Amino acid sequence: MSGPGTDWWTLVVIVSLAVVTVVTRGFFFISSRPWQLPHWAQRGLQYAPIAALAAVIAPELVMTQGHLITSWQNARLFGAAAGAAFYFWRRGAGQAVLGTIVIGIAVYLPLHLGLGW
Amino acid sequence: MSAVSPGLAAWGLMSGVAMVNSGMSATEAVAMTLLVFAGSSQLAAVPLIAASAPVWVILATSFCVNLRFVVFSAHLRSYVMHLPRPLRLLTGYVTTDMTYVLFVRRFDHPPVDVAQRRAQLAYLWGGSSLNWASWQASSLLGIALAQWIPMSWGLGFAGILALIGVTCSLASTRMRRLSAGVAGAAAVAAFALPFKLNIVVAIAAAVALCLLLESPATPDRRPAE
Repeated sequence: MSGPGTDWWTLVVIVSLAVVTVVTRGFFFISSRPWQLPHWAQRGLQYAPIAALAAVIAPELVMTQGHLITSWQNARLFGAAAGAAFYFWRRGAGQAVLGTIVIGIAVYLPLHLGLGW
Repeated sequence: MSAVSPGLAAWGLMSGVAMVNSGMSATEAVAMTLLVFAGSSQLAAVPLIAASAPVWVILATSFCVNLRFVVFSAHLRSYVMHLPRPLRLLTGYVTTDMTYVLFVRRFDHPPVDVAQRRAQLAYLWGGSSLNWASWQASSLLGIALAQWIPMSWGLGFAGILALIGVTCSLASTRMRRLSAGVAGAAAVAAFALPFKLNIVVAIAAAVALCLLLESPATPDRRPAE
């Protein structure tokens, strides 16, 4: 099977994303002079990452084709719940994120492929 | 660092599979893993790219997902400022969550002499190299194997699960959990907005609400509803 074609727009986005990686990981390394973010921005920084992730995840879990799911028979909900539960059970054990993926998939696949949820 | 490599490799494998399963070409997926080198940013961008969201929304989302690195860089600044700027930026580029966490756990304080500088850089670069190699190798393997894994299996869900794992690891305070809840609800409620603007709206709403609610001692705080 040959994959979808490569388009220039996507490659430009990818290069821009690489720039975002450099800028964010080295944000405070750029200037050689001492400087500080305003206080409110420093406080706001700690809420933004989790907000960004939750904003990407939530619609993926509870919506299909732009509409709220209407049935609880949804393999994603159970997979996500199992994964998150595993994380909080094994928190601090080092492989918690890996476990979240493995347990989530282990719950998701049988429901999705076996029961068609 | 070697203790976390298997976990990292598994995540890399999944993100390789997830990129291809979302409809990216192999070339795009390879370019993304080699250049972007940021799992959660890649996984957050992938559905937006698939939905042809505007570039600025994709970049703003990726920037926000990466904001934790901005915080890390503020912390690491005093450890690396003795380096020339290009080398500082390269060091920043390869320093992922795991490298950062293990590094600051091992070195409480910035280096005070040449020997300490050398020891810290050796640790940082050793860890980063291992990290980079295991991430890239496993991502490329995932991209290669994705051809044989049918879309109907829904393995793209592994990418979402990885994001859930990272989200859980960030959910260390009550206010952060509130931020996640508000952002998730807002992203669903505002889903009808064009260009995936629901994500930007959700981040803004969550951050604004958390700033408003967080410290009762803030003098200019307005009364909450």
